[in-house]
Amino acid sequence: MDKLKAKLKEWLEAGEITLAIGYKQGTREARPFFCRTAEDVEQMVFSNDFQPNLAVYLSKKEVVKDEKVAIVCTISALRSIAYLARENQIGQSQYKIIHLSPNDELMIFRSPWDIDAYIEEIPSTPSEEDRRVIEMLDAMTPSERWAWWAAQFSKCIKCYACRAACPMCYCTRCIVDNNRPQWIDPWASPLSNMEWQINRVMHLAGRCVGCGACGAACPEGIPVHLLNRKILDNIEENFGMPAGIAPREGAVLNTYKPEDKENFIK
Amino acid sequence: MDNKDFEPKIIAFVCNWCTYAGADLTGTSRMKYASNVRVVRFPCTGRIDFMLLLKAFAQGADGVIVSGCHPNDCHYTAGNFHARRRWIVLRGLMDFLGIDIRRIRFSWVSAGEGAKWAQLVNEHVETVRELGPYEDYKKAADYLKEGVYNG
Repeated sequence: MDKLKAKLKEWLEAGEITLAIGYKQGTREARPFFCRTAEDVEQMVFSNDFQPNLAVYLSKKEVVKDEKVAIVCTISALRSIAYLARENQIGQSQYKIIHLSPNDELMIFRSPWDIDAYIEEIPSTPSEEDRRVIEMLDAMTPSERWAWWAAQFSKCIKCYACRAACPMCYCTRCIVDNNRPQWIDPWASPLSNMEWQINRVMHLAGRCVGCGACGAACPEGIPVHLLNRKILDNIEENFGMPAGIAPREGAVLNTYKPEDKENFIK
Repeated sequence: MDNKDFEPKIIAFVCNWCTYAGADLTGTSRMKYASNVRVVRFPCTGRIDFMLLLKAFAQGADGVIVSGCHPNDCHYTAGNFHARRRWIVLRGLMDFLGIDIRRIRFSWVSAGEGAKWAQLVNEHVETVRELGPYEDYKKAADYLKEGVYNG
């Protein structure tokens, strides 16, 4: 941690960066911290388990435009940056990407493309609690699952915090912001809440890194990230693409193989 | 519940080049098949957005058929390959959400397979007839009528 702070201070003092995005201690949990002076760097804290995923700010032009940015990344944020680079959302050496590995080693990535070699060694896995809930749901009958999700979605207030927290949800006009046609009713209702989640998850299929920031951001505590996790499992099973690693040949739903296997098209 | 007299409403999303022509052949060959199906023609299975399937259910369909050219026969070379990946992912997600995926039938029907189309429709009508009306989805969709806005 001291090495990371020293590096950020050095950069800020030398004017190599004007903004360092990291975490500081909040009331209960860590929260994002926008740091502009060497003194402020002292308040920074870090753990690879922290939420939200800070890579989300890199796709928000109002935050990073005209700034020289260093970003303190968890492993999940590194994955997101690798995906953003693949989707041409991040330039070659636009940002200073800084990371503390789980064994406390300071890592600085000059380019998003250098991240791949590091994260390929670390599988993206769900928490034990998430795995437990997914297994519980898998064991249910479809109508029980329907009832379980209906109860969860009934809490939804359509704040779109799940969208705002996601680094990959960077469309300037999301499907729910378009009203010609109005695909999904904008108010909270059983149907539109479910349709919104299906759309969010399908549009992230093969792009989601499984960081869980969407579920962590939900003010109602709906575990929407489980839907993403389910798709990640599904993709790994059917197409052999491991979760959290940007496939070199392109996103899962943008590519195909003639030999893709299924058992339901008859 | 006895669904013997239930006539399911089936929406079929088909591609212009194979299955639509196949269904046309069924008609010109004077083959009889269940009249429960409403066919919607698309340029390609690759064009069939997953939202269209959801909208069909929301607007009262009890079952859905999705069909297009066999792999390697796509008029646009790869539309059906892309669609296939999409359905694999979507199907897993729908099942996880508890949506009854037995109500969605995926198939490949070429322009020469008029008989297959008739059989496909007949089979699916029977499947859905046994399952009965899709009450769960209708209840979620009809919240305005029911006066339930959330939950």
